[in-house]
Amino acid sequence: MEIIEILFTASFWAAAIRIASPLIFATLGELICERAGVLNLGIEGIMVAGAFAGWMAVYSGTGLWVGVCVAMIVGMGFGLLHSILTVPFGLSQHVVGLGVTLLATSSTYYAYRLALPEVTSPPKIQAFQPYEIPILSDIPLLGPALFSQTPLTYLAFILVAVVAVVLYRTPLGLAVRAAGENPAAVAAQGLSVTAIRMGAVMFGSGLMAVGGAFLTMSAFDSFFFEMVNGRGWICIALVVFGSWRPGKALLGAVLFAAFDALQIRVQQTSLGTQIPYQIFLMMPYILSILALVVMSRRAEVPAALMVPFNKGER
Amino acid sequence: MCSTPVEALSLDAITKRFGELTANDAVSLSLNQGEVVALLGENGAGKTTLMNILFGQYTADSGTVRVFGETIPPGNSRAALDAGVGMVHQHFTLADNLTVQENITLGVRSLLSLRSDRAGARARITALSEKYHLAVSPDARVGALSVGERQRVEILKALYRDVRILILDEPTAVLTPQETDDLFATLRLAIADGLSIIFISHKLHEVMAIADRVVVLRHGKMAGGVRIADTDKQALAAMMMGTEATPPKVAKSTPGAALLELRNVTTPDVGNAPGLRSVSLALRAGQIIGLAGVSGNGQAAMADVVGGLVSPAQGQVLLADAEVNNWTPRAAVQSGIARIPEDRHKTGTIADFDLTENAILERYKSADFSTRGWLNWGKSRAFADAIIDKYDVRCPGADTPIRLLSGGNMQKLILGRVLEANPQVILANQPVRGLDIGAVNYVHSQLLAARDRGAAVLLISEDLDEVMALSDVIHVIADGRLSPAFDRGQMTPAQLGLWMAGQGFEDEVAHAS
Amino acid sequence: MRLEPIKNPSLGRKLVPPALALTTTIVIASLLAMLAGANPFSVLGLILKGAFGSQFALLETLNRATPLIFTGLAVAVAFRAKFWNIGAEAQLYAGALMTVLLGTGFLPWPSAALLPVIILASILAGAFLLLIPALLKTRFGVDEVVTTLLFNFIFLLFISMLLEGPLKDPMGMGWPKSARLIPEARLPRIFEGLRLHWGFALALISAVGVWVIQTRSTLGYEMRAVGLNKQAAAFAGIPINLVLVKTALLSGGLAALAGFSEVAGLKGSLTLDLSPGFGYTGIIVAMLALLNPLGVVVAALFVAGIFVGADSMSRAADVPTYLADIMLAVALLLMVLAIMLARFRVVRD
Repeated sequence: MEIIEILFTASFWAAAIRIASPLIFATLGELICERAGVLNLGIEGIMVAGAFAGWMAVYSGTGLWVGVCVAMIVGMGFGLLHSILTVPFGLSQHVVGLGVTLLATSSTYYAYRLALPEVTSPPKIQAFQPYEIPILSDIPLLGPALFSQTPLTYLAFILVAVVAVVLYRTPLGLAVRAAGENPAAVAAQGLSVTAIRMGAVMFGSGLMAVGGAFLTMSAFDSFFFEMVNGRGWICIALVVFGSWRPGKALLGAVLFAAFDALQIRVQQTSLGTQIPYQIFLMMPYILSILALVVMSRRAEVPAALMVPFNKGER
Repeated sequence: MCSTPVEALSLDAITKRFGELTANDAVSLSLNQGEVVALLGENGAGKTTLMNILFGQYTADSGTVRVFGETIPPGNSRAALDAGVGMVHQHFTLADNLTVQENITLGVRSLLSLRSDRAGARARITALSEKYHLAVSPDARVGALSVGERQRVEILKALYRDVRILILDEPTAVLTPQETDDLFATLRLAIADGLSIIFISHKLHEVMAIADRVVVLRHGKMAGGVRIADTDKQALAAMMMGTEATPPKVAKSTPGAALLELRNVTTPDVGNAPGLRSVSLALRAGQIIGLAGVSGNGQAAMADVVGGLVSPAQGQVLLADAEVNNWTPRAAVQSGIARIPEDRHKTGTIADFDLTENAILERYKSADFSTRGWLNWGKSRAFADAIIDKYDVRCPGADTPIRLLSGGNMQKLILGRVLEANPQVILANQPVRGLDIGAVNYVHSQLLAARDRGAAVLLISEDLDEVMALSDVIHVIADGRLSPAFDRGQMTPAQLGLWMAGQGFEDEVAHAS
Repeated sequence: MRLEPIKNPSLGRKLVPPALALTTTIVIASLLAMLAGANPFSVLGLILKGAFGSQFALLETLNRATPLIFTGLAVAVAFRAKFWNIGAEAQLYAGALMTVLLGTGFLPWPSAALLPVIILASILAGAFLLLIPALLKTRFGVDEVVTTLLFNFIFLLFISMLLEGPLKDPMGMGWPKSARLIPEARLPRIFEGLRLHWGFALALISAVGVWVIQTRSTLGYEMRAVGLNKQAAAFAGIPINLVLVKTALLSGGLAALAGFSEVAGLKGSLTLDLSPGFGYTGIIVAMLALLNPLGVVVAALFVAGIFVGADSMSRAADVPTYLADIMLAVALLLMVLAIMLARFRVVRD
């Protein structure tokens, strides 16, 4: 019964939305890459790099939004590396993605050690604060849950709509989707598959990095090793769960985050204390696998996902 | 009728090399406004390469392309499109999961524009499809369309961009004779509006029907050009091949017992291609059965059933009058079925495997090549060497990766692989597609020899001439249904064409019952 | 630009790109060392010395290479069949767990009986763990990359749960750590007095074994065929799903041996920091070895050398050890590029 009560508290939903935010950014980023036909397994490492870059920029004295931009740019840099290797050179997207994750993670840790050689516990920054949207935040339950979040969370939700509109309503979105369905169709219409795919991977990687930056600049106010902790891989599952559609991916991220927020609260109930906490921590990963199993049959995978395109080859 | 023809296109001394291969050697070609030029040539003669250069997919090593007097920058499809050049590729370049309208409007508006003006685009597509009799719904998902409809979308794509020169690469290979007539009617409408067309084909009667002029390519070089009015089919064939080819002589044969039989076999559809619909067919010893039909009418399903890749959903497969259960590729091979697959690169061989590894691909588990899970490379190698020797596979050695071989030599290895097992039944699915004339004759003579030895042969081909030349008995397949058997010489190509278009089937059903 | 396959690449074409890849890796590492305020030449020298410069260093490198050979083999076997096992980390812990379950007194047998049983049980545990993603792939079409990755997190939490629960060492002063193995369950040292255990020999034997399987057995032939061209393999009658499952069992078993070898040969008990990412590093090892089982041994020595060398360099030159991880990531990316450039020519259209 305690569980039912939790579901009706505003703080629970507020937490769910907060937990969902970084997942939304990164899932959108991965979705854009995959819609263009490129699986980006660099996501985990790019989130780590983004988390550090944004936080470090703010710690060095820039504004918060500049920090977000720095994270975005760093993410796009790794996206550029990924896309050069996977798009014109057509290398294995699995291997390159894992390589980019390793590179992004290790160079972030290296940079952290160089930048802060003497510290034992990482310094804190003045992170994004919740901004209560007038009037809307006064709605009971919904108000504090949805409209008392930090600006980055609002940005995440706005981005879902923007990405959906661009993908389905503009010539650019059509080109991106076509590149993921049949690159030869794109080339035959005089467009550059290479440019479209590289652009999509770079932009998507930038969003992944902003998702990472959310952790250090909005959810928390400091950078820890291991703080991304598999969130990137979960986002890959969320893209499948959302059938490669922004709206469904958002729904998936929120559902997933709600479950995560729930397990944190259940841990503190009388029932929860009797169960090893590791069981709760496992839940997000198990849930991701279950989501994959359930959705794998129904999902419409972009037809040319992971298929490299070499012009003139038939 | 223009009294002073306007030159729409001029290709001047185009040369293109791929590594050691010279695909185009100083090829020149011109096209006047409102004219149809047919580009003829065997496989590998350089037709598609030349058109890809014109369309900006490849950059020529030398030579220039001019459209209405303007030189087109090389290697730039965008520039070619902007100059009014459109191309309908042999393999359609459509995205299945997008709608017709999305496929047509892709890349037409600037990628930076924020709106896509879908209502305007829709109106224009509707107008074009009415004007040129290209009926297709703008909102249909391309994946749900028939092959003929997809081709309409491809042509609409070009017309939507106001092309002035249209390249059609083997456009009729996937059409029934009736659809071909419709296509020609549409093209004549467009020609009347000033469109110029390059028509690539190897079907001579179609070339004679639509073209004003013919240009023949052979081994990457210009072999000649001639006005249609001044030539005939025989002369064109000779120009195309360079020599009078002598196809193998076919003697009459007496069929024996049924070695493999399908009884009322039905299989599920695969994507857009229909499965078999209650098909009965007996493959008899000493007989070649030809399966004619337009591509995508159930040939793949037939090949899959005979080859063991698909079990019938309904009906039976019988081997020497005994029904088979657990029908798998391995069971088919063990039952003495030789399988020559449609796509020798993707299904027939493993590109990075060497010849030895490819030679044992179907039978590596047999006692000839392995014992208790361990391969005997010595025997395998000897087997590959024997094939190389007997079937004249030109290669540096049995340890060469097979991707380094030409299509003809690859096909010879596949032939050797299956024929050396002394098969009872031979499934030859498009056995000569993409081969040059010498290899074609070799493959055909091997199939005839196998027949004379007493094997049952099922020849599946979209080339009606090939089917008519080799088969003792012809069946037509249309939409997964099988026509009655026609003896050699019983039907004219035109009559078979009607069956290929799906006519006659209902009557026949009524007749049989 | 466009890629054009080279029919018969020359020797130079085959050797120059990989050599350039390694050189570039070293140049990048030097630049990063300079960024840290160190002299690049001394940093590289320290790495080399720390890895191979003394008997102690060499033995340390061999010890570090041992689990990497196992995980590298696991990845090489799987990737050869294009089965993307990214879960060697979890399978390693499965082997370690089995070793601790059976080796801490549950089976009071002599070494000669106990060790083979533990080895077999470990292999089965790792194989079973990878069987789940393999079946999810073959039955439901679920991509194994994500499932094996997620399994790493799940299984590590599972181990953590056990170490804080039923497996917790009562003598462990409250640390999440298992009881120690009984002496009979320990892998002895190869040479008296030298810190190198039989796990290393087992790794070498495994490498040769995998090589023999890949080149001589019908299973190896099937695995290569499935990896190179699924469509042709299916046409020829190779049972794709069965081959993938067998591949998974072999791969998972090999990765589990890494866990067994670390616990029985080196650590003597199971902790949560048993593996500093050996499972992930196995991917680098396998790729650097071009998926060749014998090459895995060389690549594992190279990678272990960089790690061990970087550890000792870090203490001496005050450059963060993460330099080693960066070097390996760069080497991995450049090496896959180099392999491609050895086979394809970049041409303008």
